Amino acid sequence: MTQQIGRRGFLKGIATLGAAAAVPTLLAACGGDDEEPEQTSGDPNAPANLTFWTWTTNIQKVVDIWNAKNPTQKVTVSNQAQGEELITKTLTAHRAGNAPDLIHAEYQALPVLITNGVAADLTAMAEGIKGDFTEGTWALTSFGGKTYGIPQDVGPMMLYYREDLFQQLGLTVPKTWDEFADVARLVRQKDPKRYLATFSSGDPGWFAGLAEQAGASWWANDNGTWTVRINDEATKKVASFWGGLVNADVLSGKPMYTPEWNKAMTDGTLLAWPSAIWGAGVLEGVAPGTKGMWRMVAMPQWDAAAPATGYWGGSATAISSKSSQRAQAEKFVKWLNTDQEALDALIAEGGIYPAATKGQSSPQLDKAPAMMPNQPTFFAEAAEIARTARGFNWAPNVNVTYSQYSDIFAKAIQEKSDFAAAVDAIQAASVADLKKQGFEVKEA
Amino acid sequence: MVAATVRRRRPSRRGGPTPYVLMAPAVILLVLFLLVPIGYTVYLSLRANRVTGGGLGIRRETFVGLENYASVLTDSAYVDGLLRMLLYGLVVVPSMLGLALLFALLLDTPRVRLRAFSRIGIFLPYAVPGVIASLLWGFLYLPDVSPIRDAFELVGLPAPDFLAPGAVLFSVANIGVWGGVGFNMIVLFTALRGVPREMYDAARIDGAGEVQIALRVKVPLIMPAIIMTGIFAMISTLQVYTEPATLQPLTDTVSQTWVPLMTIYRDAFVNADIHSAAAASVVLALGTLAVSVAVLTLLQRRAFGRDR
Repeated sequence: MTQQIGRRGFLKGIATLGAAAAVPTLLAACGGDDEEPEQTSGDPNAPANLTFWTWTTNIQKVVDIWNAKNPTQKVTVSNQAQGEELITKTLTAHRAGNAPDLIHAEYQALPVLITNGVAADLTAMAEGIKGDFTEGTWALTSFGGKTYGIPQDVGPMMLYYREDLFQQLGLTVPKTWDEFADVARLVRQKDPKRYLATFSSGDPGWFAGLAEQAGASWWANDNGTWTVRINDEATKKVASFWGGLVNADVLSGKPMYTPEWNKAMTDGTLLAWPSAIWGAGVLEGVAPGTKGMWRMVAMPQWDAAAPATGYWGGSATAISSKSSQRAQAEKFVKWLNTDQEALDALIAEGGIYPAATKGQSSPQLDKAPAMMPNQPTFFAEAAEIARTARGFNWAPNVNVTYSQYSDIFAKAIQEKSDFAAAVDAIQAASVADLKKQGFEVKEA
Repeated sequence: MVAATVRRRRPSRRGGPTPYVLMAPAVILLVLFLLVPIGYTVYLSLRANRVTGGGLGIRRETFVGLENYASVLTDSAYVDGLLRMLLYGLVVVPSMLGLALLFALLLDTPRVRLRAFSRIGIFLPYAVPGVIASLLWGFLYLPDVSPIRDAFELVGLPAPDFLAPGAVLFSVANIGVWGGVGFNMIVLFTALRGVPREMYDAARIDGAGEVQIALRVKVPLIMPAIIMTGIFAMISTLQVYTEPATLQPLTDTVSQTWVPLMTIYRDAFVNADIHSAAAASVVLALGTLAVSVAVLTLLQRRAFGRDR
């Protein structure tokens, strides 16, 4: 996905975030038997030369602040790749013995890094900064009581819609998914050229977020045995809901992050976009001409009485287990993700929604995103929505599951076949892969 | 002076170190950058990451024999990709060579105008990088942004969907043909320029028209060049990647395993499974080798037979 020469990868860079994040409950015992020694020895203030593989937008400007303040501890940013591709590159570099000291890892990629022995156990350093994060956020990077990364940003999902066109067509903003379907049908009646929204085969993280909202829990690890439930009831409910509407041409089924999508988002062919908090930044990139026409609200709900949302995107910073400058790397990670100045810069330059609580109340968030001057309370509302976010545990083969999602759903959309069956197919492929790699798997 | 040089050179012909020294750079480069990587790929293809330990587990590289090959050959997506690639080749190679030959022959006719301009015009697409070409064509194909569809709608005709499941193979092939015709045309045209003009005069005296000269004199004479471009075109077919990979994120009809190289890329760089990718690469390389050798053997007998 990414990954890519195509426009999608580029846009994902703008978005800062690629795929979904989650709030895992604690995983059971973790790590192999011959783990690397866990030393936090070393002088954190000793001279160092750290490499940092990351694709956060404008991260160089944030690192520049650090480099100016710590001239003897230089951090070099290298934008090697994005999303899954960066993880693969990191794995390869790790095996070759030249992994970077610091690694940008989306939450769903952490299990891959952990099971390959790449991400160092940061439990010791993490104790000191745990208080800077909410428990839910902290759980994103902790497995079996050990912490493997320091959260950088989170991406709770929310709905963006074209306020001007909703008024023009006389539509009401959907509060539940039932209303969402009604509005979608109404849109088709009023103007057959328009759709309320699209279902994208290219964005597995987006679908995972929708499933999270419905209460899905795709993976669990109990004492080394994995339970895989990608086709659980909640996910099937989400899949059938979208499938019914897409196959009836009530919703569009074209992928997001394409030139066509940019045009549809600009000219009003698409009226709404279930996205995440960073969506305003993406809109700026793909539809700059629609400034001030969008509004952000909470996602449509399955149960209006118990509002919830999922995550799309979000990442942490991990440290390589082979880094010889561990103490200095820890010092930098701590600064990057918990220092007020760094957080302010990450928000201002990178356009991210920080994971640290003091970042979420940063003065940088007092003003609305550039695209949404009509919604000055954007971040205050977003913070409310973020409180209802829930996620699930990730597995060590999320990359395989995600690439299966893309092909299987692309086919289902094309053939107008049952989306719930597509979810079954992803489940089967994902389980087969886990088993092939030698994991203990118990199918639900 | 000349005699002295010859005499001095003579002893080395009997087996001194000179030939080996002269060969060394080529041999070293061949070994380092071709044989060693191939050997390493084969080695990787026999191994895989398997999980040991409890909890989340730790992946470790182990020897798995031919397991990767078994899963590659039974993977329906990979096999579908192979078949699709062959179909793609059946579309691309004849149409690309046919057009290249046609253009070369047209440019070689005596009364042609604007020869240099046409030659450059036909050659130019070859100079456009594959990714750029694919993006350009992607914009032309995508239903909602396609000016071609707009034009159809303007004159009231049903607009074609270039990315429909039945059409997408031809749309991708079109990009390949568009980019490849120019290069092949130049090769064939150069071969035509090398044919002695007297041949044509002789044919004309015998009463042959331009079409007859083209089909009965020119085409047979440049057959070796046609075969060479054919082999190159076939090999580049087996390596088709850029065009479908660039279109893949734009449409649902191109999967991530559309052609074998895309599967290999996905395995290696998305799924972090370099071992499956290595096995799939070896299978593809052996296939390429087999097809090339078979075609060469077949054609050599027919086209270059007179050289024997």
